[in-house]
Amino acid sequence: MEELRILSPTAILGYGFPKRSFQRGLELRPNVICVDAGSTDAGPYYLGAGVSFTNRNTVKRDLKLLLNAVISKGIPLLIGSAGGAGAAPHLKWCKDIVKEIAEEEGLSFRVATISADISKEWVKEKIKNKEITPLKAVPEIKEEDVDEAIRIVAQMGVEPFISALEKKAQVILAGRANDPAVFAALAIKKGFDPGLALHMGKILECAAIAAEPGSGRDCMFGVIRDDHFEVEPLNLERRCTATSIAAHTLYEKDNPYELYGPGGIVDLRKCVFEEVNSRCVKVSGTKYKPNSEYYIKLEGVKKVGSRTICIAGVKDPIMIKQIEGILNEIKKTITKNFGEIRKSNYNINFRIYGRNGVMGKLEPEPIIKSHEIGIVIDVVAQTQELADTICSFARSTLLHHGYTGRIATAGNLAFPYSPSDIKVGEVYEFNIYHLAKVENPNEIFPIKLEEVKGGK
Amino acid sequence: MKTKPIMELAEVIRSKNAGPYQLTFDIIFKDFNVYKKIKKLNIINEDKICELYKIPKEGVISVIPYDTAKAIKITIVRPWPSGAIEETDVYGAQQHTPLLKIKVPWDE
Repeated sequence: MEELRILSPTAILGYGFPKRSFQRGLELRPNVICVDAGSTDAGPYYLGAGVSFTNRNTVKRDLKLLLNAVISKGIPLLIGSAGGAGAAPHLKWCKDIVKEIAEEEGLSFRVATISADISKEWVKEKIKNKEITPLKAVPEIKEEDVDEAIRIVAQMGVEPFISALEKKAQVILAGRANDPAVFAALAIKKGFDPGLALHMGKILECAAIAAEPGSGRDCMFGVIRDDHFEVEPLNLERRCTATSIAAHTLYEKDNPYELYGPGGIVDLRKCVFEEVNSRCVKVSGTKYKPNSEYYIKLEGVKKVGSRTICIAGVKDPIMIKQIEGILNEIKKTITKNFGEIRKSNYNINFRIYGRNGVMGKLEPEPIIKSHEIGIVIDVVAQTQELADTICSFARSTLLHHGYTGRIATAGNLAFPYSPSDIKVGEVYEFNIYHLAKVENPNEIFPIKLEEVKGGK
Repeated sequence: MKTKPIMELAEVIRSKNAGPYQLTFDIIFKDFNVYKKIKKLNIINEDKICELYKIPKEGVISVIPYDTAKAIKITIVRPWPSGAIEETDVYGAQQHTPLLKIKVPWDE
């Protein structure tokens, strides 16, 4: 094979893409369509709660176009990190949508689902064997982290995708996967250079984000050849430039010269970016350095409680001037009032927008200069009921608190909503973000095949 | 010596999570000459980041000039893992503003 042509429709399945760009992509004869469906960006909630951060209707809209295209062209569709966090409930959610579309559209195909869930026993065994290391800025893993974890997934590399392709699956729904691997798998299977394939994958997985102007909901096209690859946006109003593509290498990564992935490192030190024309960039010189031992990345979350919040504004200058002291007094009143409840069972955080709402303790200048401030009363407690209780009490106490010099004696807070208090639900935190050594890159990612037969 | 605010010299100044435990910043300059000059001046370094963000040296993971993209990449330890209960910015996309205070020595 002289070249492999890859269509990347959107940065995240469900973010959407213009039909016109997609149609242009199909006219360019792609050999495969690949899409990334997940990220840890949206935070720990989604892995913990087992739900997607994307909307079912928008995911279905995208998938319907993608499935119809791959079936009519007879090419494979690879989806990584299905359902966002890529654990069992997310994978099932995505598969249900795929089957629903197949039924409605009368499409038949072989689907492979690749699971990325990792058992607690497996992780504990790895801890015992000292085969787990933390990623940068992450504490060492302890057995209790594993016990506390609600769900643990691992990011798969290209190997499980290649196995599923060898089993002649046309649609591959993978659990948590390394983003570039989804796009590199077929190219590596066909014998293209893994460094180039993964580097192209790193660019394509964000679709048109690497173009100018950038967009997370527009299509990109990649072509890999023997010693280089080319990328081009499919919307004629966008273009790739040497700088936009080089700059994308920086995006969301801590090191522009090395991309770490399952089993190895993509070395970009000798990389050359050239503009083929005003819209297309050619990349060469990327090298792949396989590691002597194969490590995969684990992600896990634990539940820390449930949250209730109340949003309110304050405009009175007398109150704003002493807001710090007032909120401290409210906290003391709460502690006194709920004396019988252990303080470790709940946490109250008064977020002040207009002071340090965006940066918290990183804010270098927590001085209020604004004529109004926004307060979020943020309570996380062991149960939803306790969070509701503390939040309600904090809200009513703050509303009628008589601070020094007060002239607005009817109430201290402006509520935009009735009801004023909002149940946010369960709260999770990341507690596992570690590398684990595996003997075989396929061993923990079981593949299930199924023949989907559409109706009509 | 006269100075120029970095906002006049850079076309991109952004922050983002690099995984849930790190925050990464990219400063991409308007042209290669400006980039080369700033790289040579070495004014964007570990100490500067500590000063701007009021964090200890251990909090800075790396400051890497990247010639190909005329950019300087800075990575720091996140004050807490993304989405922890005290979180203020889950995606880490609005943590860049202290960098806007950088002033570059400039003669012209």
